[in-house]
Order: sequence, then structure tokens, then C-alpha cells
Amino acid sequence: MTPDEIRSKVVACLMDVAPEADPATLQAGRPLRDQLDLDSYDYLSFLVRLHEVLGVDIPEADYGKVATIDALVDYLTPSLPG
Amino acid sequence: MPMLGADMEAGTLVEWKVAPGDQVTRGQIVAEVDTEKGAIEVEIFEDGTVERLLVSPGSKVPVGTVLATIRGTGEPVGAAPAPAPAPVPAAAAAAAPAPAEAHRLRVSPLARRRALDLGVDVSRLTGTGGGGAVTVADVEAAAGKPAAPPATAAPSMRRAIAAAMSRAKREIPHYYLATDIDASRVVSWLTARNAQVPVTERMLVAAPLLKAVALALRDAPALNGLFVEGEYRPGTSVHLGVAISLRQDGLVAPAIHDADRLSVPDLMQALGDLIARVRKGGLRSSELADATATVTSLGDQGVGTVYGVIFPPQVAMIGLGRIVERAWAAGGQVTARPVLTATLSADHRVSDGLVGARFLTTLDRLLQQPEAL
Repeated sequence: MTPDEIRSKVVACLMDVAPEADPATLQAGRPLRDQLDLDSYDYLSFLVRLHEVLGVDIPEADYGKVATIDALVDYLTPSLPG
Repeated sequence: MPMLGADMEAGTLVEWKVAPGDQVTRGQIVAEVDTEKGAIEVEIFEDGTVERLLVSPGSKVPVGTVLATIRGTGEPVGAAPAPAPAPVPAAAAAAAPAPAEAHRLRVSPLARRRALDLGVDVSRLTGTGGGGAVTVADVEAAAGKPAAPPATAAPSMRRAIAAAMSRAKREIPHYYLATDIDASRVVSWLTARNAQVPVTERMLVAAPLLKAVALALRDAPALNGLFVEGEYRPGTSVHLGVAISLRQDGLVAPAIHDADRLSVPDLMQALGDLIARVRKGGLRSSELADATATVTSLGDQGVGTVYGVIFPPQVAMIGLGRIVERAWAAGGQVTARPVLTATLSADHRVSDGLVGARFLTTLDRLLQQPEAL
């Protein structure tokens, strides 16, 4: 999967959790939780959605590495070849 | 029209889920109403057969209005109570009766309220949000209004919160207690557990905290109950209200029934289910009416200590702050540990500080043995 494909799936998962957000105004380098006002439950729901869509299971210990869309794409790209 | 909050005066019938002649059983969802707290599913309180529907969708009626008549099992036809007076006509905002929905329409509570304010019939809209959800922007587009910043809760919800909180501060002599709790055991227990399970089974620290609060409330009957008509009625179960914010503004505090009897994973599931329904609509009438005490937590916002305002007619509000690493002195040594500040706001008409202090001590003790929760 290309980084662009991963990015579009990540954004789609975010929209499932925060349907009122506007994908056009999302900033890829800004922490998601601040930007979308996600609480810890929303964030967990987002990770569950990523798991359903991409089959990835991001361990709790890595939460700090995936705070922004850019960071998430970088984190996921090596584990989603082809 | 059920009373779904201390200061609710009226509600708008959105949709009937049953028709005359249908058999209904206690607890079944029979209608959806729109209130200051968003769309609520109304449950029936007895078994029987729907005889007549007296209020049509789109009508706004006062609390206490008979919405339908039910013929109890074995009752002869026509024995149902006389219909209530004609419903008060809906305000201009109430749209024409919605057509029967073939499937459940996903509408955020905020969008639903905005639709009522603008007189937009959401059932005729095509949502552009996730899963086809109707968003505030869809409603505003349909109303031909420019998209206003969706920053504030609908005035009706703000008014409902204002009324309930003013009443609390006017009538309830609050007393306040706080204690710092060493949260290292509960945090390490949760971290270890979450590392062993897939993301779908991961829990938030809120789950063991709520369980501990529910167990501590069970041991504190003077904090778990309702103050109604000048007297205190202790709760027979622990129905734990949880203050949940709507993402934009406003909040509701629906109850997790029998929270003290749920396992921690079941409590996590119940909490997730409740949050999802607060945000997407679908709260049930019993969830809004039954809480015997409420927990508020602003930990996600980085707040260390929160002293809540009691939600009448309840008599206690438990506040949980953010778990932060702090210097902790124990056994002559200072170490860094995750610490939780738990607070209690309680009604002095019903309990004294000693009862509250015992409650917080019990909560602390329970959190030192998270595996036993």
C-alpha cells in the first residue's frame, strides 16, 4: 500500500470517529487529539477503526509515535507492504 | 412524555417505533423523542398491546402528556385510560410529520437540535458525514443558512444545564472533599493487561475507576440515592451517571445501570456503548432518569482536580482528575508515582463529611487492588 493510500484510509477512519470534522482543514502535522478535540475514548475508537480497516494493531506503548497523520503514515508504511 | 431530566418541561415526538395493535414488552423502545439532551429512545414500562397513539410525530408536548394508550395483558378492549388533552401545537420549528424511516437515520444530536431550531426535516436530508450521518453543515445547507461556526450547544441544551445547575446551587448545601490516590497499581495493572489483548479489547483507565467508584458507593448509602419531595430515598442499586461531553458543547450524564455488578471489561463496553449513543443519538429514557450518583472526569483536558456540581435530585458527584506523575512520599522515601485526585461533592442535608471521607478512603483502598475489582 502506498503512503498516499494509507493516508486516505487514515483520514477515512478519522471521519468515522469525528463525522463533523472537515477533511479539507485537517493539518497532517498537528496532533490529532488537539485538532479534533478527541478524548481518550474517541482516540481508542479511532485505533479500533484502523484495526478493522487496515488490520494493524498499534500497541499502547507506541501511542506517542502516532500523534499526527504524518506520523501515523510513517509508522504504518513499513508494516503495510505492497 | 417522560421526564428525562430534573428541569425538562416538554419534548418533541420524533418517531413512533410501534403501531396500534403491536404487542409490547416492558423495556421495549416504543418511540423516539427530541429533548434538550438530544434524541432519546423511550422505553415502555409495562407489557401489553398498543391501543392508540395519541401524539403525532413532530408535536411538542409537555412532560406528563399521555403519548399512547396500552391495553394490559388480559384487559378488555377500551379499558385504557382516557386520552390526554390535545397536544400543544408544536413551535414553528417542528417540521411536518416525518415519513416512516426504513432504516435508522444517523444524525448527530447537535445536527438534530439545529434542525429543530431551523425547521429542517432531517429525514429528508442526505448526510455527508461518516456512515452517511447528517451533520450540522447538512442541516444548515438544507435551511439555506450560511454555515455558522458550530461552536455552541443549541440554546435549549444550554438552558437545561443552566436550570439544573442553578437549582443545584440554590437548593443543595454542597460540601467538598478531596484526596490524592496513589494510582500506580491501577495504571500498571491496566498497562499490563492492555499489552496482552488486541486493540478491540483494550480498556481505558476510566473502566477500573468507575468500577471502584460504584463499589464504594454501594458501601455509602447516604451518597447513592435521590432527594425527592423533601426526603432522601437511598438507591436500591448503583446506577452510575457518567458526565459525557458532546464534542462541540454541552453535556449529558446518562447512567450505567448496576455498575457495581459489572465486570471491569463489561463496564468498559457499557461506557463505550453509552458514549457512542450520546454522540450519535439513541440514549434511552431509563438511562437519563435512573442515575443514583454521577462521576465527572475532566482528566482528558489535563485538569488535575474537578469539584462537580451535584445533579439534582442526586446527592453526590464524584470528580476524577487526570492521572499525573507526582512526587509521592511513602515509607520515608520520595518517589515519582502516577497520582489521581478524587473529589466528592455531597449534599449536606443527607450526609456529613465523615461519610464522605469514608467513601474516599474506600475508593482509595479499592484502587490499591485493581485485580480484585
